[in-house]
Amino acid sequence: MSLITDYIGKPTSRVDGPAKVLGTAKYAAEFNVPNLLYGYVVSSPIAKGKITKIDSEKVRALPGVQEVFTHENVPNYAFLDRSYKDDVAPGGSPFRPLHDAEIKYSLQPVALIVADTFELARYAASILHIEYEEAAHETELTKHIDEAYEPGRGKTGYKPPKSRGNFGRGWKEGVAHMEGQFSHHAQHHNPMEMFASTVEWLGDKKLNIYDKTQGVFNSQQYVNKVFGLSKDQARVISKYTGGGFGSGLRPQYQLFMAVMASLQLERSVRVSLTRQQMFSFGHRPETLQHVALATAADGSLTGMNHFAVAETSQFEDFTENVVGWTGTLYDCKNVKLGYRLAKLDVFSPLDMRAPGAASGSIALEIAMDEMAYAAGLDPLEFRIRNYSDFDQAQNLPYSSKALRKCYAEGAAKFGWEQRTPEPGSMRDGNLLVGWGMGGGIWDASKQPAVVKASLDADGHLTVSSGTNDIGTGTYTIMTQIAAESMGLPIEAVTFVLGDTTLPESPLQGGSWTAASVGNSVVEACNKLGEALLKQAQKMDHATFKDAKIDDVQFVNGQMRLRTDLTQGIVLRDIVQASGEPKMEAENSTVLTKLEMLKPPKYSMHAHNAVFVEVKVDPDLMTVHVTRVVNAVAAGRIINPKTARSQVLGSVVWGISSALMEESVMDHRFGRYMNHNYAEYHVPVNADIHDIDVIFVNEEDDKVNPLGIKGIGEVGLLGVAAAVANAIYHATGKRVRDLPITIDKLL
Amino acid sequence: MNSFTFTQATAVEAAVQDKAAHEGAAYIGGGTNLIDLMKENVARPTHLIGLKNLGLDNIENTPDGGLRLGALATNADTAYHPEVEKRYPLLNQAILAGASPQLRNMATDGGNLMQRTRCYYFYDLATPCNKREPGSGCSAIGGYTRVHAILGTSEQCIATHPSDMCVALAALDATVRVSGPNGERTIAFEDFHRLPGNTPERDNNLEPGELITGLDLPAKGFEKNFSYLKLRDRTSYAFALVSVAATLELDGTTIKDARLALGGVAHKPWRDKAAEALLIGQPATADTFRRAAAKVLEGAKGQGTNNFKIELAKRAIVRALKQATEMNQALDATAFQNSNP
Repeated sequence: MSLITDYIGKPTSRVDGPAKVLGTAKYAAEFNVPNLLYGYVVSSPIAKGKITKIDSEKVRALPGVQEVFTHENVPNYAFLDRSYKDDVAPGGSPFRPLHDAEIKYSLQPVALIVADTFELARYAASILHIEYEEAAHETELTKHIDEAYEPGRGKTGYKPPKSRGNFGRGWKEGVAHMEGQFSHHAQHHNPMEMFASTVEWLGDKKLNIYDKTQGVFNSQQYVNKVFGLSKDQARVISKYTGGGFGSGLRPQYQLFMAVMASLQLERSVRVSLTRQQMFSFGHRPETLQHVALATAADGSLTGMNHFAVAETSQFEDFTENVVGWTGTLYDCKNVKLGYRLAKLDVFSPLDMRAPGAASGSIALEIAMDEMAYAAGLDPLEFRIRNYSDFDQAQNLPYSSKALRKCYAEGAAKFGWEQRTPEPGSMRDGNLLVGWGMGGGIWDASKQPAVVKASLDADGHLTVSSGTNDIGTGTYTIMTQIAAESMGLPIEAVTFVLGDTTLPESPLQGGSWTAASVGNSVVEACNKLGEALLKQAQKMDHATFKDAKIDDVQFVNGQMRLRTDLTQGIVLRDIVQASGEPKMEAENSTVLTKLEMLKPPKYSMHAHNAVFVEVKVDPDLMTVHVTRVVNAVAAGRIINPKTARSQVLGSVVWGISSALMEESVMDHRFGRYMNHNYAEYHVPVNADIHDIDVIFVNEEDDKVNPLGIKGIGEVGLLGVAAAVANAIYHATGKRVRDLPITIDKLL
Repeated sequence: MNSFTFTQATAVEAAVQDKAAHEGAAYIGGGTNLIDLMKENVARPTHLIGLKNLGLDNIENTPDGGLRLGALATNADTAYHPEVEKRYPLLNQAILAGASPQLRNMATDGGNLMQRTRCYYFYDLATPCNKREPGSGCSAIGGYTRVHAILGTSEQCIATHPSDMCVALAALDATVRVSGPNGERTIAFEDFHRLPGNTPERDNNLEPGELITGLDLPAKGFEKNFSYLKLRDRTSYAFALVSVAATLELDGTTIKDARLALGGVAHKPWRDKAAEALLIGQPATADTFRRAAAKVLEGAKGQGTNNFKIELAKRAIVRALKQATEMNQALDATAFQNSNP
């Protein structure tokens, strides 16, 4: 990697911005292929039981209704559970849409009506007659804690928590203690774009599938396995995604339905879900947590106990790392961790931005605040005293860790030293002012990703990989990295993604896309550079005759000799001399089995520290988050502009979790009752005030060649807890059940 | 959503006749609520009668010194009308506390009165609802009742009327002008909306086929001392947990006249004249306000998850009256609640 940076680290505006603003960026439900049919999903009104009768005669009689699909007439596709398992499926038996008469959860899809127009399909859905036999359902997590069990390792990335030392002894050694129960309700991702699949029937079971997803290959392999289609038959395309937050990590049921209907009717079919139906699949699980901490006289932690029980469905063990982070983030010899699941009559939960860590950090970071108060220490000072310089959980050194800088720079920017510790001691006029803090840790991961780089005879570089851009800025940063690597102006570079005909790339999740695809872009460009050098050497060009790849550099559209920068050759001339329309190189970072089994040498993580100011009306108890500083250590930041947007979004979501967001279940019906944007509250502009994002300098040559750690998730951590802690500081009220709505403060 | 026919009416009489001629017909103004209800299959009109071309979108002074709001004037045009801003600032504040700019640009003043409850169970066909389907039962009772009533409820229904504008109209003693098959009449605002009783399916006292043509505001606008305080789960685009319209006429520190109306607490905008009587003639102090607040909430009944609204409403009344009293003094930071149009 060249040290000169023309593009990497620069606040480049989104290269896909104009397409989005002009409306030329098309989303899954916007591909108006010819002769399209429209599907509308009918959802179950009950949470558990059986369909006893379906009378579709009236619906079928409507002119323009093509078919009514239910479990009674959907053909049996793949037999085995494993055919329905996608890349991130948890252990268990995946849900099969329209498979049998059994109702497993409220809002379960029970029928698909396909008609000539969307409006007709929707109307038909409203008059389809279905009878049910209801069975008693269980949706209340608090009633099923005793039955909770330790899940197996079913889900990729799940690490069963490991205790160390002896918490009982650590608790006894402590001179100050805290203990508390924490809880938060289910949350649904609710990206702006609702789930939709437009399946274009090309004849002979050949399909173009425009899908809302965070990974085209995941959708493709699901369709391949379930319907027995080859890769050629099922091309999945997703160029733009209107938000994901994890909801697009698994193929949602509209994909099954649209493909099924297309194959059955031999027509192009679109199925799009309604906002209400966005509450009919995965969600962040309701989680109950218990945390106990003890400290010695000097404020060092002598014991930590973190236990969580989360909901899952009756058919899958959805697991996430809720408590494991507690054993890493702070230095402590005696750590007891536990994580259990309880089965309820709901759909399986699903990864949602910083899955597990977001939930765990709420409990841990409120508990750390409580502990700081019990130990008589400033919450920041308390964290610094328990700073982890070595990952005790993995018994590994950190590849890099600039959390101290986050604390220092964040606190300085916020003005933390002006804080008076006593709750209720700070005022702004009549308003109570509270300052709170928190923070978190997230994995710096990297997955195999294949990237192709192709330079045409006009000197335009096209770099491609079948990754996704869920609004994170993938298009932009990959363009920057490629432009940097090939020494081309950014206008001469196009990054192409979101198509299964492109080289294979992992799902966009886990904050790993920048590192996984980005490093592979560099490698692909390096390989292209080597090919260009070889071609140049074939030309009548004495300059490069004996040059090795390390002897040349790519600058201003030219290849130049490092020893004599005046000697250069224009890249497009090399391509033109090759006689081919373009020159290409591909990089595959697929790891061998041996490499995958190699134990890691370093603990690789991103960190953050968040400082929050709230103002609370002392009579009405209304809360406003007036100021947030979020300092993030996430290795090299490729684009401070798109990265900042990611962290801004995280902060907004953290405020949302703290103050308003919850899917409210009426247990009598086993149904989420606020299943729409009007009543499922997330912040509006008027709720959001000053947010400062700091990226502290963190150089890491071990995590990956580009030194990237990923910023999609880390920014969310600790935000909700910091808001809760600030509310405590303002009011003296410790609320451990989120969201902290007005009724909990009155 | 079912199929429907549509007529754009150009005269009030024709609209009324059109309605009488079609069973299952509905008038449509801005459609900001009706279209939602149709998409949810809660409302299934077979015929819609558009009102936008009736020429009822004027706002004009009346000979008695009041102001007439055409039923088809939009909420946005009403809120920002110079006469409303100057003489009825309470109405301006209340309208701007509701919905979003986009919705207020579409929503009409007559339609604002006609919007239906935001009860979660009313909107969800999977759950029984007496308002949607008389006799099927009330799912909200014993359920999630955050947006539900604490005053004037019945065994049949605990829904609230969701409007902000109507709370101000109740406080201002507006009059509703209607036309129907039997001609024109006026309805006092407090008699327009109903309590649920045993007929929760009826939101108001309009007779079948009647159409709102306008709203009359009396001359007295309480432009000197007023407050519209709305408490909700986020700062904008959320229905009120509790809202208070408070107006005062002061003689020094003595209250000469007062109006008090609440939103988010009952099936109709909740005006309490007994509480107003406790204010009139009294000094404008916190004690006076607290007595009035206690009076308003005297018969309040929580439904479990909305018990907190009783205490919240008391505090909101005291705060709103205080804000109305201290109008001309420097606004304190409680302006948060009212600062967001």
